[in-house]
Amino acid sequence: MARRLTLKDYLAESQLTIVRATWAVILIGLLTAVLIARLVYLQIVSYEHYATLSKENWVKLLPVPPTRGLIYDRNGVLLAENVPTYNLEITPEQVPNLKSTLARLRRLIPISDDDVDAFRQLMAQKPRFESIPLRFRLTPKEVARFAVNRWRFPGVDVTARLSRYYPLGPLAVHDIGYVGRIDVADLQRVNSSEYAGTSYIGKTGIEQYYEALLHGNVGVEQVEANAQGRTLRVLKRDAPQPGDDLYLTLDTRLQETAQKALGDYHGAVVALDPNNGDILAMVSTPVYNPNPFVDGIDAKAYRALRDNPGHPLFDRAIRGMYAPGSTIKPFMALAGLQYGTVTPTSTVYCPGYYQLPGSSRKYWGWKRTGHGTVDLKEAITESCDVYFYSLAHELGIDRMHAFLSRFGFGERTGVDVPGEKAGLLPSPQWKEAVRHQPWYPGETLINGIGQGYTLVTPLQLATAVAALATHGRRVVPHLLYATKDPSTGHLQIVPTRYRPTIVLANPAYWKDVITSMTDVVSSIHGTAHSIARGLSYTIAGKTGTAQLFGTGEGGYKDEAKIPFKLRDNALFIGFAPAYDPKIVVAVIVEHGGYGGVAAAPIARKVMDEYLVREKQ
Amino acid sequence: MLDSPTTASGSGFHRLTTRLHLDMPLLIGSTAVALLGLVILYSATDQDMHHVWKQVIRLVVALVAMLLVAQVPPHWLRRIAPVAFTAGILLLVAVLVVGHTGKGAQRWLNLGLFRFQPGEMMKLAVPMMVAWYLHDKALPPGRLQVALCALMILIPTGLIARQPDLGTAVLVAAAGFFVLFFAGLRWRLILGMLALGAALVPVLWHFMHGYQRQRVLTFLNPENDPLGAGYHIIQSTIALGSGGLYGKGWLNGTQSHLDFLPEGSTDFILSVFGEEFGLFGILVLLALYLFLVVRGLYIATQAQTTFTRLLAGGLALTFFFFVFVNAGMVTGLLPVVGLPLPLISYGGTSMVTVMAGFGMLMSIHTHRKLLPT
Repeated sequence: MARRLTLKDYLAESQLTIVRATWAVILIGLLTAVLIARLVYLQIVSYEHYATLSKENWVKLLPVPPTRGLIYDRNGVLLAENVPTYNLEITPEQVPNLKSTLARLRRLIPISDDDVDAFRQLMAQKPRFESIPLRFRLTPKEVARFAVNRWRFPGVDVTARLSRYYPLGPLAVHDIGYVGRIDVADLQRVNSSEYAGTSYIGKTGIEQYYEALLHGNVGVEQVEANAQGRTLRVLKRDAPQPGDDLYLTLDTRLQETAQKALGDYHGAVVALDPNNGDILAMVSTPVYNPNPFVDGIDAKAYRALRDNPGHPLFDRAIRGMYAPGSTIKPFMALAGLQYGTVTPTSTVYCPGYYQLPGSSRKYWGWKRTGHGTVDLKEAITESCDVYFYSLAHELGIDRMHAFLSRFGFGERTGVDVPGEKAGLLPSPQWKEAVRHQPWYPGETLINGIGQGYTLVTPLQLATAVAALATHGRRVVPHLLYATKDPSTGHLQIVPTRYRPTIVLANPAYWKDVITSMTDVVSSIHGTAHSIARGLSYTIAGKTGTAQLFGTGEGGYKDEAKIPFKLRDNALFIGFAPAYDPKIVVAVIVEHGGYGGVAAAPIARKVMDEYLVREKQ
Repeated sequence: MLDSPTTASGSGFHRLTTRLHLDMPLLIGSTAVALLGLVILYSATDQDMHHVWKQVIRLVVALVAMLLVAQVPPHWLRRIAPVAFTAGILLLVAVLVVGHTGKGAQRWLNLGLFRFQPGEMMKLAVPMMVAWYLHDKALPPGRLQVALCALMILIPTGLIARQPDLGTAVLVAAAGFFVLFFAGLRWRLILGMLALGAALVPVLWHFMHGYQRQRVLTFLNPENDPLGAGYHIIQSTIALGSGGLYGKGWLNGTQSHLDFLPEGSTDFILSVFGEEFGLFGILVLLALYLFLVVRGLYIATQAQTTFTRLLAGGLALTFFFFVFVNAGMVTGLLPVVGLPLPLISYGGTSMVTVMAGFGMLMSIHTHRKLLPT
């Protein structure tokens, strides 16, 4: 190494280093400036934006479902409640060996393959730290058995939650309805944010109709959550607003009486307070237990209910459409009086059949030997078909349709249960539109005694009878009596709704018909005289026997020889006390045979329960 | 600035630091940064003292390494440069053959007691080698010399990139390049290399691993894949941005404590720092880093031999580059290349390397001889 050269290099290179260091400082300064500019942009300029994003990251809003309102009858008997049920839940994160845990659990507590499948599906969707239900509704015995062995199952727990329960089981099941798990279709009908966190929704009956009242308003919990979504602590809580408690107009004891009175028969009983439209009892048989539906009825049990020939799921009281038979006659009598085609004293000779003028065809009455000369009162009491053939013929189908419409036949009553049917009140216009056929005069006769096309629902019939009982005042039947806000205890009575009152040319016509109807029970000739024994009040009633099976012009055959499924439907309508009506009852017994035999005693039992017990 | 060539004068403390070949500005600056690192690490690990103690031990080891390296005279450093470089190359080859795989990359050699990353060693060995090669050449270097230097840089860079460890590879290449820069590499060549680099991007792309390509794509548009590859960058910018001017306060960063920010204690610890201490805190930290860099550059200008000038300048610039790449990636200025924040991120090897580098600077500065002016 040449010393002179090194020294010379030293000076130049030292200079070079200073120059390059200066450049380095400039470059560093530039890059640092870029970095600081970026930081200023992030932390000062966009601060609000990122602060919001950060908050959205860690603050989660969790819905807190409200407690569903309870349902009581008019006397405060509990019909639907929320009970704590015990579920077996597993937190997968805390389970060391899921397979063996499941196997050992199944030896301890019955767990079906369906349960395990449902559990595995949920597990695939939810984070591992979330508790997932495996078995619902453990029995106390199962809870106890698990509790003893709990130490063997880390990550497995029994949890309590509120579940809908109908303490009276099948009683009034068609009226109250039931709740079930919310499905996609339900969510499209309701405001889904209100239902975040709710697991049940009303599926039928009152539970469905008053869903908005029963459900309440969802609460919100602001929680701190980490990136995996695990809740760490609650920051703020807006309590949910529980749903209203509902008081129904139903009287549980009356409901029970009516259901028992129907016995094994399929049919319906509707009992109304004609003064305010309160539905005191509304039974459809056969009944079923709503409780299995709450947490999802298993497919086999559901098939059994669906395929049951008695159609227990079908609500006959509001959806069953029946020929009214002779129960239409009091209304026809009013129509005849109103239009002057009959008077209370005018008579018709009944030879057992009726012939239209200029026709040889005989329209038979139920009594082949005939009733002889009958006036209005006798025609109703003995249910003379010929009198009403004549009345219907003179009235004509148009006036008949117009008058019966005023009682609500052929239209929905507006009851607060979903799915009500309108029945059918035929007219030439209807027949032309639907059947593309002209109206035949003979059809006027047939419909005049409640056969033919005419169809009514039991509730519709009861509502029409209520209008008759109150001399034309028409109420809208309803099941909701009052609502109670559980937080304030404030009770709100639901006001009665009315429809246009029926005004007759002469108000005395009401009494003419009602008096005739009391004879149905009290007269020895009355078709429902069998229920008169021991009666402490007056019943105004009318029986009906609706033919399901055409026996031709020969009239009625021997009842016992007709197969059960083709036997006549037995009907009875009535109210009591006749001149101060407190209760209206309509009864339909499918294949019950004669109305006076099968249906009238049921009505008597219901009225007794209501009127006699009420006095005590 | 404290500037103390070896003399026997001064106070007792001064005499001690002189005898130990310590440079107080570098020692205080680097220790201050490391202590700040412990503070934020405590927060970033959710107040896990176990991790903090482990990091304290690493810091002590790193400081000892710094102290030891500072005792080695620069001409020794020059002499062992080719040895260290050759050993490093051999180790890199060994890693590729028998290396320990961690996080999908072979970076580690298991030496029984501890695991060792040869790539880390090359951060120092490559600038030493280039400075060694150039120390007796006439500067600025000619084309042939530059080409040879480029080989010395690119061979280890390529080996490290193969592991694959893009971050270290970039750093090693930069370290070698900065030595060339201080050797007076002509601007025409620098610009030419930049142009060549730009032209090589498609070639580089071809050789990239899938995840490396993904990182670049994600850098260009993080919103493309917000829950996948873009998640790091998005959560990191949210953490920084929501920190604002003064931050959410120590231990109060929601992004980090609620696990939204991945790798909050390692590569993305600056996001935690920025979230909790705000822009203000980051500026303080940057000032400390710049102080260390400027001190290194100053030492380069005061150095007395070509080797030490080149090495000191290269090390100082590399340190800045190290900080800048990490900060750039955390703020979304640069793609995520997987480099820790020097002296702060959790992890040992990098801290030892950085402190050893400071030891070299100290050695260079404290072994100067008085020369006639």
